[in-house]
Amino acid sequence: MADTTTSTVALEETKAIDTKVDCRNINVFYGAKQAIFDVSMAIPSRSVTAFIGPSGCGKSTFLRCINRMNDTIESARVEGEVIIDGEDVNSAAVDPVLLRSRVGMVFQKPNPFPKTIYDNIAYGPRIHGLARSRDDLDEIVQNSLMRAGLWEEVKERLAEPGTGLSGGQQQRLCIARAIAVSPEVILMDEPCSALDPIATAKIEELIDELRERFCIVIVTHSMQQAARVSQRTAFFHLGKLVEVGDTEHIFTNPTDNRTQDYITGRFG
Amino acid sequence: MLQTFSHIPMAWLAFAVLAAAGCAAFLAGRATAMKISASGSVMMNSQPNYHGYFAAMWTVLPAALILLAYSLFGSGLARSLLTQELPDGFAGMDGVQLSQYLDRVGEAAQLDRAVWASEPLFAAVTERFMTLQGGLKLATMLAAAVAGLAGLAFACRRLNASFRARTEVENGIEWALFACAAIAIATTAGIVLSLLFESIRFFTEIPVFDFLFGLHWNAQTEEDFGAIPLFFGTFIISLIAMCVAVPVGLYAAIYLSEYAGPKVRAWIKPMLEILAGIPTVVYGFFALLVVAPAVSAAAVWLNGLPVIPDEFFAASSTNALAAGLVMGVMIIPFVSSLSDDVINAVPQSLRDGAFAMGATRSETVKQVVMPAALPGVIAAVLLAVSRAIGETMIVVMAAGLRPQITLDPTAEITTITVQIVALLTGDSEFDSPKTLSAFALGFVLFALTLVFNLIALRVVQKYREKYD
Ligand SMILES: Nc1ncnc2c1ncn2[C@@H]1O[C@H](COP(=O)(O)OP(=O)(O)OP(=O)(O)O)[C@@H](O)[C@H]1O
Ligand SMILES: [Mg+2]
Repeated sequence: MADTTTSTVALEETKAIDTKVDCRNINVFYGAKQAIFDVSMAIPSRSVTAFIGPSGCGKSTFLRCINRMNDTIESARVEGEVIIDGEDVNSAAVDPVLLRSRVGMVFQKPNPFPKTIYDNIAYGPRIHGLARSRDDLDEIVQNSLMRAGLWEEVKERLAEPGTGLSGGQQQRLCIARAIAVSPEVILMDEPCSALDPIATAKIEELIDELRERFCIVIVTHSMQQAARVSQRTAFFHLGKLVEVGDTEHIFTNPTDNRTQDYITGRFG
Repeated sequence: MLQTFSHIPMAWLAFAVLAAAGCAAFLAGRATAMKISASGSVMMNSQPNYHGYFAAMWTVLPAALILLAYSLFGSGLARSLLTQELPDGFAGMDGVQLSQYLDRVGEAAQLDRAVWASEPLFAAVTERFMTLQGGLKLATMLAAAVAGLAGLAFACRRLNASFRARTEVENGIEWALFACAAIAIATTAGIVLSLLFESIRFFTEIPVFDFLFGLHWNAQTEEDFGAIPLFFGTFIISLIAMCVAVPVGLYAAIYLSEYAGPKVRAWIKPMLEILAGIPTVVYGFFALLVVAPAVSAAAVWLNGLPVIPDEFFAASSTNALAAGLVMGVMIIPFVSSLSDDVINAVPQSLRDGAFAMGATRSETVKQVVMPAALPGVIAAVLLAVSRAIGETMIVVMAAGLRPQITLDPTAEITTITVQIVALLTGDSEFDSPKTLSAFALGFVLFALTLVFNLIALRVVQKYREKYD
C-alpha cells in the first residue's frame, strides 16, 4: 500500500519543482535478473539529490541509467524513459557519447587517467572540441581546478602524472575533470567512500558550491552526508524506490516504515 | 661373485629400497612420537606425522646422497682403478688407443660373456673390470645402508616431546626447494661459462675486432670470420618479422580485449593458441615450399616490369622476405597473448572514466587504455624480438646460407642461428676455429637475447610499481 501513496506524493511534487531529469517507469535487468523495478522519479535542476539505501538495492544501477553507462555492461538491459530537457536519452536519436558530455560522472574509486594533471582535465574539452585555442584550454583547466578546490595544491605541478596525487586530491581531480566539459548533470557514485573526513568535508563543500550551476545526484551510504549536502533524498530498497522527497522531510518525518528503520539504523 | 653385482640395475633397486626405507622410517618415527605423547602429560611440540617425516628425511637423504655420488662418479672410479692395475704400455697402446680400448671394455661389461670369449686378454681385462665395478657397487650399497641406519638412529634419538620436528621438516623442505633452484641456476651458469670459455679460445686465434666488425664471413674454408653479414641478416629478418607480428598481434589483442564479445573471444583465443602450438619446423617448410617460391616469382615478375631495371631483385629461391614473413606469423600469437594480458590488466575503472567523459570506444583505447598498457606492450614486443633473433628452424629452411649484406629482401641471406647449425653439422674437429666460431656466435646470440629480456623485465617491473 505504501508504494501507491508514495508514487502519488512523488507525482504531485514533480509538478511543483523545476525538473531536470525525469525518469519514468525504469526497469533494469542483468540477464534474467531484475535489479530495478518500475522506478519513476523527477530530479530537480540546481539542487542536490541523494540516493540512499542498503547495499545491493540498485542505487548505482539506477544512477547509471541517467548517462547510459549501463550500455557498457554486456548483460544489462534498461526499459523505460529517462527524459532530460524533453528528450528521452534511450531513444535511438540520442548519441550516448554526446549524452555523456552533458551528464558527467564521478566514481567511487578515484580513476585519474595515466596522464598529466593538465591532460586529465583537458581530456574532455579536447575530445568534444570545446576549446578553440591553447589559451582557451588553459583557462578551462584552471577554472575547473579552481572550482574543484584543487588549483592551489597543484598549480605548480600540472605536468606531473595525475596518479601521483593523494586519494582525496585524485577524487577532486576527477570532479574537476567532470566539470571541465560544463555538463548539466553530475552523477556521483559514493564519491567520498575512499576518503578521510577532511577530504570528505572538502568535497561536500565543493558539492554545495556546484549546486548553484549543476543538477547533482549523489549516491551515499552516510546518512549524515545525505542530510548535509542534499535538498532531496530518495530511499531505495530491493530495487524499488520506497520514498522520495525533501531531505528534511525524509529525515524527520518519513512516510514509510522501511525508510524510518533505515535512517535510524535499524537495518541495512 | 662380485661380477654378478656389476649387472645389478642399481637405479631401480636403489629407488625401491629408498622408498621402502623412507616409509618404514616414517612409521617408526611416528610410532615413537605417539608413544611419547601417550606416556607423558606434556603437549607435543609437533604432530606425530612430522616426527615421522623427520625420521624418513634423515634415513633417505644420507643414503640417497651416497647413491647419487656413485651414479655420478662410480664408473669413472672403476675405470681409473683398472687403468692403475694395467702395466705401462699395456699391449703396446698409447693414451688414445688405451682410452678407446677401455671404452670397449665398458661396453662389453654390459653384454653377454659369449661376445668376448674369443679374445682371452680382452676377456680377462673385462672380467677384472666387472669385479672392480661389482665391488664398488657392493661397497656403495653397504655404505648407503649404514648411512641410512645411522641417520635413522640419529633422528630417533632426537625425538622427544619438546622436539620441534615441524620446524626441522620445514627447513628440510626449504633446502630441497633451494636445491632445485640451484640446479637450474648452476646449469645455466655452466652453459654460459662453457660458451664463454670456448669463445675465449676462439678469440685467441681470431681477434675480437675482426669477428665483431669484419664484413666477410667464410667459416667453411676457415678464412674469414667477420660476423657483420650474419648480424645484418639476423637484423633484417627480425625486422621483417616484427613488422608483421607487432601490428597484427597488437591489433588482434586490442580487438580481443576491447571489442570482441564473449562468444567471438571464445572462438578466436583458442585459434591463436593453436597458431602458437604449430611446431616451427612446420612453419619452416611452409616458408620454404609456399612462401619463398611465391616471393621469388613475384620478384621475377617485378624485374620484368619496364620501370624496374633487369635483375634489380635477386629473386632467390630461398630469401629473407619469406623467412621474415613466416617468422612474423609465428610470433603473432606470442605478441597478441602477452599484450592481451597486459591490456586486460588495465583497471576497468579507467575505461568507465573515459566512457563517462563521453569518449568513444576507439578514443578510450587510444588515449586511456593504451597509454596505461604501453610499458607492458613494450615488454611484450622486446620478448618477441629476442624470440625472433633466436629462432632457428624457419631461417635454416627458408633464408639460405649466403652471408651477404644487402637490402634486397628477395636475396638469399643468412643469420647467426643458421650459421651455427651449418658449422656444427657434419664432421669437423672439435677445436678447429670453424667449430669454435659457433661458440662465439652462440655467445653473441645469448648476450643479445639477454639484453632484450633484461630490458623487458625492467620495463615490466616499473609498470608494476606504478599500478599497485
Ligand atoms: N554487472 C552486473 N551484473 C549482474 N548483476 C549486477 C551487476 N551490477 C550489479 N548487479 C546486481 O544488481 C543489483 C543492484 O546493484 P547495484 O550495484 O546497483 O547496487 P548498489 O545499491 O549500488 O549497492 P552498493 O551500495 O553496494 O554500491 C545487485 O543485486 C547486484 O548484484
Ligand atoms: Mg553502488
